[in-house]
Amino acid sequence: MNRPAQPNAPGVEEILETFDFFDDWEDKYRYLIELGRALPPLDPALRDEAHRVHGCQSQVWLHARREGDRLWFEADSDALIVKGLLALVLAAFNGRTPDEILAFDIEAYFRRLDLIRHLSPTRGNGLRALVERIRELARQAAAEGAPSLSPAPAEE
Amino acid sequence: MSAPHPLRPAAFDPQAVREDFPILARRVGDRPLAYLDNAATSQKPRVVIDAVADYYRLHNANVHRAAHLLSDEATAAFEEARAQVARFLRSPSVEQVIWTRGTTEAINLVAASWGGAHLRPGDRILATEMEHHSNIVPWQLICARTGAELVPVPVTERGEVDLAAYERLLDERVKLVAVTQVSNALGTVNPVPEMARLAKGVGALVLVDGAQGAAHFPVDVAALGCDFYAFSGHKVYGPTGIGVLWGKRELLEAMPPYQGGGEMIETVSFAGSTWNRLPYKFEAGTPHIAGAVGLAAALRYLEGLDREAVVAHEADLLAYTRERAAELPALRPVGEPRQAAGIFSFLLGDAHPADVGTVLDQLGVAVRAGHHCAQPLMARFGIPGTVRASFALYNTREEVDRLFAALAKACDLLL
Repeated sequence: MNRPAQPNAPGVEEILETFDFFDDWEDKYRYLIELGRALPPLDPALRDEAHRVHGCQSQVWLHARREGDRLWFEADSDALIVKGLLALVLAAFNGRTPDEILAFDIEAYFRRLDLIRHLSPTRGNGLRALVERIRELARQAAAEGAPSLSPAPAEE
Repeated sequence: MSAPHPLRPAAFDPQAVREDFPILARRVGDRPLAYLDNAATSQKPRVVIDAVADYYRLHNANVHRAAHLLSDEATAAFEEARAQVARFLRSPSVEQVIWTRGTTEAINLVAASWGGAHLRPGDRILATEMEHHSNIVPWQLICARTGAELVPVPVTERGEVDLAAYERLLDERVKLVAVTQVSNALGTVNPVPEMARLAKGVGALVLVDGAQGAAHFPVDVAALGCDFYAFSGHKVYGPTGIGVLWGKRELLEAMPPYQGGGEMIETVSFAGSTWNRLPYKFEAGTPHIAGAVGLAAALRYLEGLDREAVVAHEADLLAYTRERAAELPALRPVGEPRQAAGIFSFLLGDAHPADVGTVLDQLGVAVRAGHHCAQPLMARFGIPGTVRASFALYNTREEVDRLFAALAKACDLLL
């Protein structure tokens, strides 16, 4: 029933293990950039103002859809490192229920990734805005309880 | 033969000068800081930090008011700061120096006050395509209010003002030309005296955005041929929140006040008020006294250096940067102005400028990545932004080497 946005995307545990394994910034960045490259590009039609996440130096777009009681997210950016960061965030939220999304401690996750100093969400890379947008969508979905998130997926 | 200047400054030594700037000793993680974001803001020498602290520690009082010692001292320091700025700009008089929060407020003041009083439907303001948003948006606002039109002056592929196009645009409809002395995004030094001469030919005024220029060259408002000159304290080694509008006396005299409040009035009654004389007419409210005192300290510091040697040093940094850039095949300069000062703007392969900036930051190299508040210029080049390294007098060739070592790493990671 679930159709993952990115079937082979690493999950949170795999990401955390990989990050734990690296001890210098360069290896972490290489991995982050690899995650960014692997993130499928968003349908260009969805790279519009309605899907823009503001508060980023680079451009970021987020598309959400609901399948049953789960939310799926696709995101894209014109900057590669930001795409890697998007992949980290999506790994934490994709295929989860709204309640799971709202309960997830994203700050603790970022701390464990040890990216706070380098890639802190206050640095204009838009992570904070992205996480806020995802949580807002989760709150809406929890409140509505109805399987519709705007804009509706075009292909279904 | 002229006799040697009695206060001949010591020869310029960037390494020695670095000792004057406490923040340059900072580290970024486990690396020394290479601060190459001086076009955004410059660092402050100890004399500026001390001047601001001493002002609050020893002399703080409101100016031009109370009959007590501290107020006298504060007023004297504040007005001496204005005189220092007048000397810095080679202004014929001190009253033509108006304190503002910065370049942005200075331009807004002219647009609102002069523009509001003089612009009519059909009038035109010219602004080059390379202007900072601060020298575009205030004109858009006043044009919307008055029915005047803001017309862009094209920029060439090199990143220079298209002078032929500029001449074609100049006619009697043009009331003011807004031009930056040095492009904050590309470093282009504009031919302001020539542009001003051409503007005068059709009776247009000229406003020069000196935010970048004042940090790099000695300024002479008469030689520039401008009617208004605006600059910011924080880009010339002074504090943030203080800046200057310089204007021709007869223009300033005729302009209505910008903001109302204390200080700018002569008399107030509910039937009507009269305005204070220059420069106070444009200085409503308690000014940024500490900022003015700090800015004066910064300008004294600059004037204490051998400015010719400083200009030569900064030119050497830029020439060396271009030399190193030519060795890096992935690097594409954005704009190649023949006259440039202190700024090198570029792209690295197809990497996003923000990604390059992030990698450089990891290596302790501080640059700016983005559109540099010059979106029309970025649109002109069809790019979302650039990476910009910008130099100050305390930068060194060694820091340029660190920039290129970091760029090699960025190529390795991102391309």
